[in-house]
Amino acid sequence: MSPPDPATSTVPPPPRRRAAEGALGFSRAGEDRVVAGIAAGLAHRIGVDPVLVRIAFILFAFAGGAGVLLYLLGWALSSDEDPGADAHDVPRAPDLQQGVALGLVTLGVLLLLREAGFWLGDGLVWPVVIGGLGSAVIWTRGDAEDRARWSRMASHIPGDPVGSVFGGRISIPRILVGATLIGAGMAGFLAANDALVSFRPVVLAVTVTVAGIALVFGPWLARLVAQLSEERRERIRSEERADVAAHLHDSVLQTLALIQRSSEEPRRMVALARRQERELRAWLYGRGAGPDTRTVRAALDAMTEEVEVDHEVDLDVVLVGDGVLDDDTVAVIGAVREAAVNAAKHAGVDVVSVYLESTPEVVTAFVRDRGRGFDPAAVPADRRGIADSIRGRVERRGGTVELWTEPGGGTEVAVTLPRHPASRSETTP
Amino acid sequence: MTQRVLVEQPRRGTRIFLVDDHRMFRSGVKAEIGTRVDIVGDAGDVDEAIQGIRLTKPDVVLLDVHMPGGGGRAVIEGVHETHPDTRFLALSVSDAAEDVIAVIRAGARGYVTKTIAPDELVDAIQRIAEGDAVFSPRLAGFVLDAFAGDLPPGVDDADPELDQLTTREKEVMRHIARGYTYKEVAKRLHISIKTVETHVSAVLRKLQLSSRHELTAWAAGRRLL
Repeated sequence: MSPPDPATSTVPPPPRRRAAEGALGFSRAGEDRVVAGIAAGLAHRIGVDPVLVRIAFILFAFAGGAGVLLYLLGWALSSDEDPGADAHDVPRAPDLQQGVALGLVTLGVLLLLREAGFWLGDGLVWPVVIGGLGSAVIWTRGDAEDRARWSRMASHIPGDPVGSVFGGRISIPRILVGATLIGAGMAGFLAANDALVSFRPVVLAVTVTVAGIALVFGPWLARLVAQLSEERRERIRSEERADVAAHLHDSVLQTLALIQRSSEEPRRMVALARRQERELRAWLYGRGAGPDTRTVRAALDAMTEEVEVDHEVDLDVVLVGDGVLDDDTVAVIGAVREAAVNAAKHAGVDVVSVYLESTPEVVTAFVRDRGRGFDPAAVPADRRGIADSIRGRVERRGGTVELWTEPGGGTEVAVTLPRHPASRSETTP
Repeated sequence: MTQRVLVEQPRRGTRIFLVDDHRMFRSGVKAEIGTRVDIVGDAGDVDEAIQGIRLTKPDVVLLDVHMPGGGGRAVIEGVHETHPDTRFLALSVSDAAEDVIAVIRAGARGYVTKTIAPDELVDAIQRIAEGDAVFSPRLAGFVLDAFAGDLPPGVDDADPELDQLTTREKEVMRHIARGYTYKEVAKRLHISIKTVETHVSAVLRKLQLSSRHELTAWAAGRRLL
């Protein structure tokens, strides 16, 4: 049994929007967010200004912390705006505004818990909060690049969290501030529990020990960091090398192999070499890996390659005024192709010159060979047929085709196609 | 064999200096045209080239556009200080219009692609030696692109003489771009070869001196978005 036709059997996909919405039917705002985007998301859903919703949340927050609870509830029951897009989007770096907001929310939650009685005592919670803040200062990663580096490193160096911690771009001030906060939290905890006084010798001993450990392992850590960044550079380099190698293998090496096998046919070798040259140049100079068929240049290049390979002739192509491919330029390139094939078949030459100029008013093209030429009055029937196919394409669109030739004097086909108003608007000047 | 040596006149051919970082290409050119011109030296990098050219004082320098250490442009600039009369013909496999134009603006009097046939190369060298300009079809195409259309609005046309091609110059450029030789252009337009050469030299001068290419950002602008 043949597989079902995908066009008919597929169930229409559920609207993306809906899938992204949480249980409450709204999603967290991605752009216009202060904390987690709940207020903006909700506002968007019910159609009011986000500021109003925010004010409401704040007012509720003073009512015994209900607003904070509601906010957390909203967060739990909603979802990110667009998971598909979020996967690619760089998560927004936490800015000062967000930091302050998050701090205030945390404070609100804590006060709420304190009111509600879920509390382990001032002496324990506040030092822990201060310590946590310090930890957050150290660990909050600045940007997505860091984040990505982090996860890369984590995946590359399993079981070496120390290295991955210090390999990132953590600024010294940040570490200092964070460490001070953590230290303050610890000291606060000890002081609050009256432990500091009685344990002063122990504290001293611990401090000295920690300092000793730092002296012992500090250089090792520093070396590890240097090693890691060197490793990263090396990896990037080798990835690039692999990229180039893969491309050259698919293109240049294949062509070289083909050339070796067709050493008996010099024309074919030349055609292969020329095609490879064009491809490699396009790759090197950034015209993209795949041919971009939207431009006149790309279409002309593709046509050139085809004719060169099929008819064993070199086309010397000059293009003036590259632009978006439209019906007019397609028609002219088609006519140029016919004329070039014609020259390849009948003129007995190795090289055919092609010139195409595209302006907003008119597309002109010339196909010229220095071949044997012919007497237009005595054209054999098959050649007239080809001439007609050139004419047909162009004259259907209101253009003209002229032919200059004489026996022994080469041939030139000139194509002139005034632009149609419709396609003129599509072209860039 | 001896007969042939006797027959060959000890004529003083055009003195050529060859600059290209690919030894294969240099020996290829020597093999192809070495009997018809006088190759007085060759070099594989910029410094070597500048020294060699100062020493040998050739008529024409065949110059690769792309080379490590600043490319053909650096050679021209280095030589021009002491030997402003040296003439350069740029050779390249590169498609990039901006590279070619840069070498022309530095002072090269012509540009041909490396796939040029030996006869045409010798012809181009003679032309350069005589003080003319050599435009390959591709360079003519670049020029037409560079001088196409009107100047962008709001830009003060500092020197209309330099920033526009005359109708006749455009016509000549179009014919060259279509693959016509100077002789064929002359015949086609019913003018003398000398007049064609004058037009081409005028275009070369405009290309070297006009700031038009900067104003129109032609290289990027006419390509696609």
